[in-house]
Amino acid sequence: MGSRASSLLREEDIEEIKKETGFSHSQITRLYSRFHSLDKGENGALSREDFQRIPELAINPLGDRIINAFFPEGEDQVNFRGFMRTLAHFRPVEDNEKNKDLTSGEPLNSRTNKLHFAFQLYDLDRDDKISRDELLQVLRMMVGVNISDEQLGSIADRTIQEADTNGDMCISFSEFTKVLEKVDVEQKMSIRFLH
Amino acid sequence: MLNFFVLLVAHVYFFLIQLKAYGHPGIALARSAEEPAAPSTEDGESSHQHGGGGYRIVQWEWSYVQTPYIIASWLLVASVAKILFHFSQRFTTAVPESCMLILLGLVLGAVVLIASKKQPYQLDPGLFFLFLLPTIVGDAGYFMPARLFFDNLGAILLYAVVGTLWNAFCTGFCLYGVKMAGVIVNAGLMDFLLFGALISAVDPVAVLAVFEEVHVNETLFIIVFGESLVNDAVTVVLYKVYISFVEVGPGNVHTADYFKGIASFLIVSIGGTLVGLIFAVILAFVTRFTKKVRIIEPLFVFLLVYLAYLTAELFSLSAILSMTFCGIGCKKYVEANISQKSRTTVKYTMKTLASIAETIIFIFLGISAVDKSKWAWDTGLVVSTLIFILVFRAMGVVGQTWFLNWFRLVPLDKIDQVVMSYGGLRGAVAFALVVLLDKEQVKAKDYFVATTIVVVFFTVMFQGLTIKPLVKWLKVPRSTNRKPTINEEIHERAFDHILTAVEDIAGLNGYHHWRDKWEQFDKNYLSKLLLRKSVYHKSELWEAYQKINIRDAISVIDQGGNVLTSARLSLPSMASRTSFPEVTNVTNYLRENGSGVCLDLQVIDTVPGAKIEEELETHHVLAGNLYKPRRRYQSHYSRHFMTVGEKERQDREVFQRNMHNRLESFKSTRYKRHKKDRSQKKAIAQNYTNDKPRRNVSWQDKAVVPVAPEEDKHDPSEPDKDDDVGITFVARKAPETPKERPKSAALDVCQSPVAAPPSPTCGEKNLPWKSGVGSLPPCVSVEATKIIPIDLQQAWNQSISSLESLASPPAPPEPQHPRVSALSRLGGPLRTPAKGKSSGGGGAGSGSNTGSPSSGQFKFPTGKEEEEEGALSQQQQEMQPLMSSLRPPPPPPPPPAAQSAGKRRNPCVYLRSLVTVPPSGAEPQSRRPTQL
Repeated sequence: MGSRASSLLREEDIEEIKKETGFSHSQITRLYSRFHSLDKGENGALSREDFQRIPELAINPLGDRIINAFFPEGEDQVNFRGFMRTLAHFRPVEDNEKNKDLTSGEPLNSRTNKLHFAFQLYDLDRDDKISRDELLQVLRMMVGVNISDEQLGSIADRTIQEADTNGDMCISFSEFTKVLEKVDVEQKMSIRFLH
Repeated sequence: MLNFFVLLVAHVYFFLIQLKAYGHPGIALARSAEEPAAPSTEDGESSHQHGGGGYRIVQWEWSYVQTPYIIASWLLVASVAKILFHFSQRFTTAVPESCMLILLGLVLGAVVLIASKKQPYQLDPGLFFLFLLPTIVGDAGYFMPARLFFDNLGAILLYAVVGTLWNAFCTGFCLYGVKMAGVIVNAGLMDFLLFGALISAVDPVAVLAVFEEVHVNETLFIIVFGESLVNDAVTVVLYKVYISFVEVGPGNVHTADYFKGIASFLIVSIGGTLVGLIFAVILAFVTRFTKKVRIIEPLFVFLLVYLAYLTAELFSLSAILSMTFCGIGCKKYVEANISQKSRTTVKYTMKTLASIAETIIFIFLGISAVDKSKWAWDTGLVVSTLIFILVFRAMGVVGQTWFLNWFRLVPLDKIDQVVMSYGGLRGAVAFALVVLLDKEQVKAKDYFVATTIVVVFFTVMFQGLTIKPLVKWLKVPRSTNRKPTINEEIHERAFDHILTAVEDIAGLNGYHHWRDKWEQFDKNYLSKLLLRKSVYHKSELWEAYQKINIRDAISVIDQGGNVLTSARLSLPSMASRTSFPEVTNVTNYLRENGSGVCLDLQVIDTVPGAKIEEELETHHVLAGNLYKPRRRYQSHYSRHFMTVGEKERQDREVFQRNMHNRLESFKSTRYKRHKKDRSQKKAIAQNYTNDKPRRNVSWQDKAVVPVAPEEDKHDPSEPDKDDDVGITFVARKAPETPKERPKSAALDVCQSPVAAPPSPTCGEKNLPWKSGVGSLPPCVSVEATKIIPIDLQQAWNQSISSLESLASPPAPPEPQHPRVSALSRLGGPLRTPAKGKSSGGGGAGSGSNTGSPSSGQFKFPTGKEEEEEGALSQQQQEMQPLMSSLRPPPPPPPPPAAQSAGKRRNPCVYLRSLVTVPPSGAEPQSRRPTQL
């Protein structure tokens, strides 16, 4: 099946994706076969339902948010390019890339982009701020029902207080970056894609 | 100076030895059965003791106390040695403690050797494996960062198994090769392999001792340290296999035996792990039910972890593995089940024991090295062993890392590899194993002992000394030793979920996939079984949140005395403390749902203020109780006396009010900045008994704040009034949450938040001059008070105390006793008029405030009631502006912190109800301040 899937993928496409995302040839074909197997409609694009069919994702508290992150704003289809672009956020930063950054724009798997991906999950209304309500929603998803609204509220309050530097009771992306500056985001927002 | 101390210690030691000469030699710490002389000497001594006949006033009972006495003395010597080492800052930063301890051991050993011509002490393997090692391993396992450990489990296992095997075989074969070349002592292949096995294992004790001081980054540390723990299984198996091979003779070893060896390895390692996990489950399960016997919770932890070790030893499984996994496995559940105090106890006891065990081990290593009769020197063997160890370690690390980096998300770079190679320290385990060898079978034992000692000393001392500069020179990333902030807790959790989802989407069954699976399993089954119901339903995030809060609280309190400067104080977890959000209802929620410990940062901030208030209060209580009889007496005659002292009193009153104003305004501004305290009240109440002041604060925040903006507009003097209002408000509030406790019962001492409301009043209102508070314009502006705090406070306290010490009648007998209730009863009738007044004459406001309360105080024998009345009316007056103008306060400014709260519930309604129908219990307290 892998071979069949990759045969549907033209070499030029692979080259472009390679350039854009930094994935290797074998990784791209491997992920394409995954993409293909998810694509029940066989129309070269994934819908939300295709994602929701993944059983593990159903129990993932942030599953819906992450699915949403795959879709460009306003669209409900994602093609392979878009799929790969999103996944590329989670490619580990490799040594030789650290130096390359300066010359050729920011790669998708840069620290900033990784953080921005996470930030977007919170920022539902895409106003580049995490409000208390948005934070509460995510918290609620993550902690389940074992905690009262009040407790959750106090956590959210403290979280915002801690991060908020300009006093607007929201976490902006720069504040978000700042508050996580000591975290090894490059490592903690990366997964190992098989070679 | 250090030398002097060392000598001193040596003398103590020497003295001990001399004493010991009366008892059986070597009993100190040596519990193994290898003390043949013991019984006989003891007999002799006892007969000597009882042979004297007649009654002896003082008896020399050395034999009776000998063993524990010597053990205790040993511990003392070791501990004192530690203290001494840390006297010299320069020294301890450069030289690892382990080096110093070994040196000390050498010195002590030399002294003893010279004195007694024989060496009574050795690092006894029985003692080491049964007592010293488990304390260290137990500590290491229990406090092992589990997540980090499992994140790097692959690397750890590889280094521990493959790396150790590689080292053992290569060292053994190469030594044999060198022997074939004729350079070193003659021994069989099996002997060398045996020696290679025991010398090649990285030692947890040494690694811990050295790496703890080096502070390399945690990944590096966990890999080296994890390896040193897990390789125990390999070492144990290799050692036993070779011993048996040596016993039967190399010629009789069949191929099947090698397979048996492999099988044995699997059984020893997996079995050990299983034993540990079983005990972890038992331990966690037991702690589910210790709610009624909290005091023995720590004991369960120690016992079961230790039993895990012993049980593994019993079945000759890997005891270190067993204990490590018991610790790792049980920690999450145990920590959740046992109480905070037990957690602290466990932590400190384990750390203490481990530390002392480590000290003893290194000292003994030093001492053991002195006795020349135990070892034989072979330069060739020593040198070649050292070289082989270093070379093969480096080769092994490089090779395995190359392999690992194929799979690692974050590859280990060259610097890491250097540190890992160099950090392969050998230690007491190797020494204990080599001492255990049977000289009958291993002819070259003495040579091996000498070589082992040299290797251990070289790695611990030379490498231990140089690894710090090396790490610095290589710029190895250091560990920050930073606790995660709440933001990091939350976002990292989110990261985990994200990564799991992405792995699922990408169709990779990677690490995150399995970790998530495990967490599901843990949540659905394990936690249900092992956690208390109450704990199970708590959220981990909430726990983390509380932990952070508690940590902040402790750190603030630790930073200590100058609480007033807390404005400058910056907590690590609190990036920006200047910006406080508007008051949220969080604290309310917290209070109402009675969740256990919930310290909030802001609450902590108020601690300083609380302290001062507390002092004030204490002072008042004391003054009140001490002077009470006299005061009463005076009050009876107050009219007569009043005329005399009027002027004087007036002055004092003015002064007091002045000061009080400042204090109040200061307090109110301070408190407003930190709004959330209420939630913490409870938490703090639990932890510390002196929470009252804080409660007050919180109440003030809530109630006062809404008023504040208004007040400011109307009258600059108002901050004080705010407080008053706030207090009243509090009193009112109590009925809303009736569950907490009967208000009347607890006066000042009441611990519950509900009961607390009155206390706020006491805190501030206790002050005699309280009645007059509102009248004077605040001497210090809100802004100014922020700056002034300390001096003002001190001056304030001094003035108060001096005033009170005058034995002045104004210092009222403080409220805290039955009298209060009586008072309230008395005051009942009077109150009504007050109400009427208040409702009617808000306008009288500022003018009347000054005069009326004070006059009331002194003129009537029932002065207190009067005062209460006055206070009431005053409060009402203060509130008047509020009531008249209901417009919501302007939202933003920090001082009106409680604004939002105010918005939520209409303050005026509360206030009014408060004033009109004060709860009987709360009332007296609020009144208290005003009495006289």
